[in-house]
Amino acid sequence: MSLEVLGITVLMTFLFGYIIVGAIDFGAGFFNAYSLLTGKEHILTNVIQRYLSPVWEVTNVFLVFFFVGMVGFFPSTAFYYGTTMLVPLSIALILLAIRGSYYAFETYGASGHKGYSFMYGMAGILLPASLSIVLTISEGGFIDMVDGQPVLDYGALFTSPLTWSIVFLSIAATLYISAVFLTWYADKAGDRDATELLRKYALIWSLPTIITAGGIVWELRSHNAEHYNQLLGLWWMFALSGALFIGTVYLLWKRHNYGLAVWLLIGQFALAFYGYGIAHYPYLLYPHLTIHDSFTNPAMATALIIAFILGLGLLIPSLYLLLRLFLFNKDYVKGRKKDEHA
Amino acid sequence: MGNEESVFFSRVLTELTLSFHIIYATIGVGVPLMIMIAQWVGIKKNDEHYILLARRWARGFVITVAVGVVTGTAIGMQLSLLWPNFMELAGQVIALPLFMETFAFFFEAIFLGIYLYTWDRFDNQKKHLLLLVPVALGASFSAVFITIVNAFMNAPQGFDLVDGELVNIQPLVAMFNPAMPTKVAHVVITAYMTSAFILAAIAAFRLLKGSDHVYHKKALFLTMKLGLIFSIGAAIIGDFSGKYLAEYQPEKLAAAEWHFETEGEAPLMLYGILDGQEVKYTITIPYALSILAHSDPTAEVIGLNDFPEDEIPPLYIHYLFDTMVTIGVLMIMVSGLYWLGRHMRWRFIHSRWYRWLIVAGGPLTVIAIEAGWWYAEVGRQPWILRDIMKVPEAATTSGHVDTMLYLFATLYLILGVGSVVVLRRMFRNNPIEREIADREAEVREGTRKGGDH
Ligand code: HDD
Ligand code: HEM
Ligand code: HEM
Repeated sequence: MSLEVLGITVLMTFLFGYIIVGAIDFGAGFFNAYSLLTGKEHILTNVIQRYLSPVWEVTNVFLVFFFVGMVGFFPSTAFYYGTTMLVPLSIALILLAIRGSYYAFETYGASGHKGYSFMYGMAGILLPASLSIVLTISEGGFIDMVDGQPVLDYGALFTSPLTWSIVFLSIAATLYISAVFLTWYADKAGDRDATELLRKYALIWSLPTIITAGGIVWELRSHNAEHYNQLLGLWWMFALSGALFIGTVYLLWKRHNYGLAVWLLIGQFALAFYGYGIAHYPYLLYPHLTIHDSFTNPAMATALIIAFILGLGLLIPSLYLLLRLFLFNKDYVKGRKKDEHA
Repeated sequence: MGNEESVFFSRVLTELTLSFHIIYATIGVGVPLMIMIAQWVGIKKNDEHYILLARRWARGFVITVAVGVVTGTAIGMQLSLLWPNFMELAGQVIALPLFMETFAFFFEAIFLGIYLYTWDRFDNQKKHLLLLVPVALGASFSAVFITIVNAFMNAPQGFDLVDGELVNIQPLVAMFNPAMPTKVAHVVITAYMTSAFILAAIAAFRLLKGSDHVYHKKALFLTMKLGLIFSIGAAIIGDFSGKYLAEYQPEKLAAAEWHFETEGEAPLMLYGILDGQEVKYTITIPYALSILAHSDPTAEVIGLNDFPEDEIPPLYIHYLFDTMVTIGVLMIMVSGLYWLGRHMRWRFIHSRWYRWLIVAGGPLTVIAIEAGWWYAEVGRQPWILRDIMKVPEAATTSGHVDTMLYLFATLYLILGVGSVVVLRRMFRNNPIEREIADREAEVREGTRKGGDH
């Protein structure tokens, strides 16, 4: 494997990690706000808080890791994406800031206002939408070079059906991933009512997820034929992904083995995500930027990869400890441990 | 929006974000160490008060961390959004510490989550304390790595520039640049110092507000002692920073000292104002600048006349430097007298005015941090990468930076007010007297039930 492929694989893996843990987090915020609105907060709040509390900062680091790593391995992305993405990413940053801080304010400070919970929930839905714009732009067709400087064409961006399919997919997938995961978590906590409610949400959001995903492939056919053809070449990955999707829905439907359902879900998204990514190869931004011409020098690349391996040696055991103490700890999940924060 | 405006607003937005982030980041670097020390003292002396101190600090810390994390994420992304050309160029040489910083964050975030939620899980407090070590290490190393990036901007090395292309890149040489040792050491130790004095200010404030609990007295004594140690350290390393500047960035030192002509036996000018080219009302200490720069009263110090007009940093950085140094010296005296007073049983250190002085020390050290950074950064102007890239060449060409500036300014206002309100409410609703009473009740109940923890 060449260094640039190794680099982009590492980055994609962290992006995938962020998509999954971020989606769980964003969706949870939304369901929490929604349950307040419908007067069902007593059912959900407990489960959601217990899951979110110890991990919210870790979620954020996945994102930081991705964009810092991106600029490290592919410095030219700073030039193309940095120049053009000022507005969408700034909005995403503000939403992230509102979520992160109010979460801490509410959880650890004396708990406050319903308004916060709504903002928190709404931010969770808008965030995937605004972050997903990056994916849309990477398909090309929205950036013009003017005097050697990249300029984003907002008109084309906001009138393109591709943009909106991706936005809808990001929202539907967020809610779907979150609901499936939380169903399992609530089930482990032995919380019958929450399990049932979340299972219902999961089933509701499964259909829009798969429809919008199909819609994007359809859109790509006219928007970016090259990418579309490469996607077709990887049809087996998407077929497998679809099979796993059916498996998840089946298990949910039958109220069977929610743990397996989560794993199938992760498998489904992993296959689709990597399939999409591989088909994107070698472009980081059609048609301006490929992973080859934006790649950093070999000395830096080697240094980054060594740092990455050493870093993983530190992180994996720590993450394992976190998961064991909280996510997979029966007493904690059931709320039996007296683990109030500080 | 024209390009000049983009540059201008990019600068203002960077200044704003960094100046805001640095407050929370400094607390984020220093407070975990303070918590660790308090918990350790508590375990060693078997004194519940220190443990409680650690616990209450940790609770407040969560709020500042949250704001630190979200503003840090903002500045991290803004570096690429506002300075794309800089990041494209510098990223090739200095991406390594930036990347390593994310691991430090990761490490810190994971263990902070664990630490906060396991106060009552271990029978042995030492195990719980052990979980804080990675938090403190992670936080300090974030500061180390990011400061290395900043040091590189001041003293770039580890590459060759051939026809505008970077070749022969050596990431480790870039990291270990000449600015790095003093800069990293000064930033880290001033973060500890600031955290100690902020916590001391809180303790002094509670005592002033009528609480006479020994808890606050213990807190005050501990933090003042630590503050004294760190402030002396800060001054010593600050002196080394001056020597670094004299050697590698003489224009920054000269501009800060209004040292116009290269000469030996250079005097140090404190305070004063600048009227055109004329310096007025300064306190002049003979030979002191030569000593600061080279440890030798007769040594020659390079003046601004040796630099082209358009490469001289703004002269107002003199005021920033003076502010920083004045506060540094003041805090050494305040904490030193307090410490001495405890030993000599001087009564005045328990007086109201002295406690107010300690309270003022909290915000003052934060001002010193801000002044120090503004001095270091403005003193690098007009360069973003010294001698390689100027600020206007680095900035984004995007319009809309002004709108983003207003959005972020609003955000920081909300975050700043929000964090203060939440912190106040948190401690007002649960004063120490009540918490101690609650805990005692809990322990009594626990023993009655046969201690079924
Ligand atoms: C509590 C904060 C604080 C205090 C009391 C001091 N400093 Fe400082 N100083 C900083 C906080 C700071 C800082 C925020 O950490 C800076 C800004 C950038 C940097 O590298 O450190 C800094 C920079 C800085 C620089 C510029 C370094 C560079 O640009 O590379 C010098 C020469 C000094 N300091 C010298 C001193 C001296 C002689 C002090 C005597 C007491 C002093 N500082 C106290
Ligand atoms: C956290 C502490 C820091 C503070 C408070 C700070 C503050 C500032 C200030 C006030 C300026 C403006 C100088 C001017 O008037 O033009 C500036 C410039 C800049 N700094 Fe720093 N800085 C900090 C650390 C860093 C670090 C670690 C980096 C890089 C990784 C960095 C990157 C920049 C850039 C890109 C500029 C150029 C923008 C400009 O000139 O306005 N800064 N900084
Ligand atoms: C250009 C300058 C800077 C950038 C790009 C930057 C970037 C970041 C980022 C991305 C985070 C969030 C990490 C997370 O998700 O957990 C963060 C937090 C943090 N930053 Fe900064 N930072 C800068 C300046 C500084 C400086 C100068 C210091 C130390 C003196 C510092 C210390 C910290 C600490 C300790 C945190 C963790 C949050 C906390 O504990 O409060 N940062 N920073």
